[in-house]
Amino acid sequence: MRYEAPTTVNAAVKLLAGKSGLAKVLAGGTDLLVQMKTERVEPDLVVDVKRIPGMRDITAKSGGFRVGAAVSSAELGEHKALKKAWPGVVEAANLIGSHQVQGRATIVGNLCNASPAADSVPALVAAGAVAVVAGPKGKRSVPVEKVATGPGKTSLKKGEFVEAILLPKRPPKSGDAYLRFIPRTEMDIAVVGVGVNLTLDAKGVCTAARVGLGAVAAQVLLVPEAAKALIGSKVDDAALDALAAACSAACRPIDDKRGTKEFRIKVAGVLARRAAAIALQRAKGK
Amino acid sequence: MTMSRVHVSTTVNGDAVEYLCEADETLLDVLRDRLGLTGAKEGCGTGDCGACSVTIDGRLVCSCLVLGAEAEGHKIGTVEGIANGDKLHPLQRKFLEHAALQCGICTPGFLVAAKALLDHNPNPTETEIRFGLAGNLCRCTGYDKIVRAVQAAAAEMRKG
Amino acid sequence: MPLDSNLDPATHKFNVVGTRPVRPDGIDKVTGRAKFGADAVAPGMLIGKVLRSPHAHAKIKSIDVSKAAKLPGVKAIVTRDDFKEREPSLRDVLWNVMARDKVFYDGHAVAAVAATSASVARKALKLIKVDYEILPHVTDVDEAMKPGAPLLHHDMITGGIDPAPKKASNVAYRHEFGHGDVEAGFKQADVIVERSFKTEATHQGYIEPHACLANVGPDGQGELWVCTQGHYMIRNVSAALLGMDVAKLRVTPSEIGGGFGGKTTVFIEPLALALSRKANRPVKMVMSREEVFRATGPTAASSMDIKIGVKKDGRITAGFADIRFTGGPFVGSLVDMGAMSAFAAYDLENCKAVGHDVVSNRPKLAAYRAPSAPMVAFGVESVLDELAKKIGMDPIDLRLKNAAKEGTKSSYGPKYNRIGLIECLQAAKKHPNYTAPLGPNQGRGMAAGFWFNFGGQTAVSLNVHIDGTVALTVGTVDIGGSRASMCLIAAEELGVPYEQVRTVTADTSSLGYNDITEGSRTTFSTGMATIEAARDCIGKLCGRAAKIWGIPPEAVVWEKGYAKPAGANAGNFEPLSLADIAKQAATTGGPIAGHSEINAEGAGVSFAVHLCDAEVDKETGRALVKRYTVIQDAGKAIHPSYVEGQYQGGAAQGIGWAINEGYIYGKDGRLQNPGFLDYRIPVCSDLPMIDTHIVEVPNPGHPYGVRGVGETSIVPPLAAVANAISAAASVRMTEIPMSPPVVLKAIESNGHKK
Repeated sequence: MRYEAPTTVNAAVKLLAGKSGLAKVLAGGTDLLVQMKTERVEPDLVVDVKRIPGMRDITAKSGGFRVGAAVSSAELGEHKALKKAWPGVVEAANLIGSHQVQGRATIVGNLCNASPAADSVPALVAAGAVAVVAGPKGKRSVPVEKVATGPGKTSLKKGEFVEAILLPKRPPKSGDAYLRFIPRTEMDIAVVGVGVNLTLDAKGVCTAARVGLGAVAAQVLLVPEAAKALIGSKVDDAALDALAAACSAACRPIDDKRGTKEFRIKVAGVLARRAAAIALQRAKGK
Repeated sequence: MTMSRVHVSTTVNGDAVEYLCEADETLLDVLRDRLGLTGAKEGCGTGDCGACSVTIDGRLVCSCLVLGAEAEGHKIGTVEGIANGDKLHPLQRKFLEHAALQCGICTPGFLVAAKALLDHNPNPTETEIRFGLAGNLCRCTGYDKIVRAVQAAAAEMRKG
Repeated sequence: MPLDSNLDPATHKFNVVGTRPVRPDGIDKVTGRAKFGADAVAPGMLIGKVLRSPHAHAKIKSIDVSKAAKLPGVKAIVTRDDFKEREPSLRDVLWNVMARDKVFYDGHAVAAVAATSASVARKALKLIKVDYEILPHVTDVDEAMKPGAPLLHHDMITGGIDPAPKKASNVAYRHEFGHGDVEAGFKQADVIVERSFKTEATHQGYIEPHACLANVGPDGQGELWVCTQGHYMIRNVSAALLGMDVAKLRVTPSEIGGGFGGKTTVFIEPLALALSRKANRPVKMVMSREEVFRATGPTAASSMDIKIGVKKDGRITAGFADIRFTGGPFVGSLVDMGAMSAFAAYDLENCKAVGHDVVSNRPKLAAYRAPSAPMVAFGVESVLDELAKKIGMDPIDLRLKNAAKEGTKSSYGPKYNRIGLIECLQAAKKHPNYTAPLGPNQGRGMAAGFWFNFGGQTAVSLNVHIDGTVALTVGTVDIGGSRASMCLIAAEELGVPYEQVRTVTADTSSLGYNDITEGSRTTFSTGMATIEAARDCIGKLCGRAAKIWGIPPEAVVWEKGYAKPAGANAGNFEPLSLADIAKQAATTGGPIAGHSEINAEGAGVSFAVHLCDAEVDKETGRALVKRYTVIQDAGKAIHPSYVEGQYQGGAAQGIGWAINEGYIYGKDGRLQNPGFLDYRIPVCSDLPMIDTHIVEVPNPGHPYGVRGVGETSIVPPLAAVANAISAAASVRMTEIPMSPPVVLKAIESNGHKK
């Protein structure tokens, strides 16, 4: 195995596009090193992107934020402005693993690892985040819900890697929240994850919403029917019931060692209600 | 598959250190097998137990999830660097006074994690301590005396 | 060695016993200096790795190591051909250490290599070709008992049944314990509850994987550094398996990163020794976490039917238990201990417990802290909880009404000596946690528990050095803080400060045989031997003083650390300290030491009562323990902080077992959760503070009244938590672990409505 630490995006792309063997991007390493240890993945080349300028930065951009690929969850949690604008995204990133894991893990890595149960992804999907992809043919933008195509699979081509995530400008009276179900209080992979993002008008009526569901299908789902249940309502009990039903209906889960189909379908609805209630309070400024 | 070795210059517990390591060696492997610093332990190798906890530039991490190569130019902190010569850190003293260790295998990880917690938040509530240390598994104590030791150390450190 | 007739532990003023000094191995453990199993290195050392079966049940048709042997860097390979079946009593141990004709579980060892690096060793494993014939497998205990189940051993005829069955089955043995007439007893009952329960296997979950460093020469002399609970056991068993002379193998125990019973047998040690012998170089072997879960010794999985009848006033008229355990592919699931302990807490006229020892395709079980008792207590204490509610009686009062006491004939045979169950129940009833207000969605449960505790072979040596400091050498590994307790005991007997004694656990060449550190025996047995050695030493010190003074030895007494003349008639001499006497050792007869080599008897049983408050999220089934109290009889707490530590540690393991821990097998018979991510032990944020209350009812069999405490604390939690969850969610839980899907299902089906 070879280790390289390029100092420009172009050098990284060239290495990743190179002919020989399996090349993997190394940012936080909290997925890659586990996969290497369990021999699920045996890379021929590891490309460490942390020494490329800009990778470790959070910058304001177009009223929103640009989060570099090597920004750790911990650093995300310490960024006051980002936390204020996107508390749901930040709390999701700060649920990945332990404090130790958050000291290295990145939301870009979380996205590109393409686990259906990734914690930050439902919140990123709900936020309408966009991935900036660098590759041999230049840069392109991809909505985050289009990055994963199945467990462990992404829509990235050879030589491409995600260099940053863009979070859009936040309209006033907006709030987002992420909740997950795990059997313990920490450390577990999400059995169900729900990200809810909504915007209210001056009268408290929901004018925009996005709902992301994790761990209930082969990839994280954007659930338009769930958003429809909220839009036009004051997010009252009836709207929350409809939201819960839409989320349960959208689930296409499996039985596995972390949960049964029935359990996931039921709990998706329960969490959607609770996450929407939190997002509502945040949108109201509480 | 041939390995190519990486030459690394880094700082461990304040001392300049150089080593050669395999590209796929973890920082934990390097600390234990090349630098003789066996305080960090491998409890799982997959970031689920915290027994390998160290700090990189003051940030708490699992050394089993970091390549030895990634340490280049950074400052690594391990349990061996917590005491100041023969002066134990308040956390170390309180762990002993409060019987916060039985077998002791998780203790280095807990000390590194607790120190990082208190460096960041000198006045944590019990809940903040429990969630702050959730990445460190202990099988012997049930955590009760560990939490009390951290509370006692924090109180002493706040007095200055 | 019975209770000192001069000493009433309830009123005796101990000098240092009962205090809380800092442990002697403390500084090394908080600075990272302490050396555990994987921390040793040797020049020229090789790394050993094991090839393990990916099948739950298969015949091994052939093993071809030729390609692996040619890989540069590979220095030795061992397979079944390298291990002769020498010792019939160790047949199952050998078959588990390395598979012979068949592999019996996912992870069963098939071959091992030693190479110049871990990566070469891993590559070599991939080059070993094993030809398997896959067989049908069975992992569930009830399925394994059914006629037509896949058979593990074609010659297994159930023992304990007369006449013996004619056909082979997966039932190794049938045990039965009890007395009286349960049929008649049930007829007298006003209320009967009968329920079935199931528990999945769990693992001790020690944070330190098994590790050792072996160094064997062609002359048959060997050294082994290993983390273990019993270095003498490792020596004897490994020597037998390898055909080595016992005395030629010196085993040194490292500091141990947790054992809880799981490190009381051999796994990789004979493999490391065999590889080292073949390669003539040191071989280090460290298990991965995945190997620990797949291929060491978890608990049995259980299935049981419990039936108890009571009169309206709470008196139990009969108790019956049919218990089925499976602990892997060989006999020895410890269901007999389960059957013996089922009703041990109660004074019953009619009780019967039947235990079935069933084999299946799981790893071979090892002990886990009061092995067998937690599962059976889950069943019995849940049924008693249900009965208490049915007759409208406080659950502690129901236990008090039937509690075993001194003179009670136990359910497993012997009559009890002085025991402390009633004192624990009374303390529980008075405890503020029993009447603390409950919040919404919270419920309270309690349970009682019991463990036998053991004595065993023990040897210690107590040496006095020239400056009067004392070196105590013991042969039991310190897994719970016992070195501190031994220093306290020696200091107490000698009348010197705690700091004047240093306790060291020595290697197998330094002392006579010591049984494994298990069965809660260390403070009891090594403590008893330390007392005996100290008294032996005091006799010698007095003899030396007598020589120095020129008076008869009977005229010298030992008081508060000094030899003194017995009275005015003996002479007017200044008292002599340990240092004073030791300085003159060379001229008064040589080195001064006390010894003890005993088979400690008189271990006292330990009872506990646990209180648990649980909160259940009724929409998701998730349960959290909000308050937990351990009340347990320690006889005499030598070092109270470490007694509390045992209480809290056992409770935490029991809570994990109750709620989220359990082996998950796939349809292919492979273990699906061999890691700390999906084998979910409690994390710090899962638990509240664990309150403890030490009850001291002296054990008449020990000079200070000590009872073992390490194990009983894991016995009540499964039932205490189940009773709390059952109360919080208005259901009756009968399946462990009570993970969220299980609890939610019970709530939704209003399962087992009371």
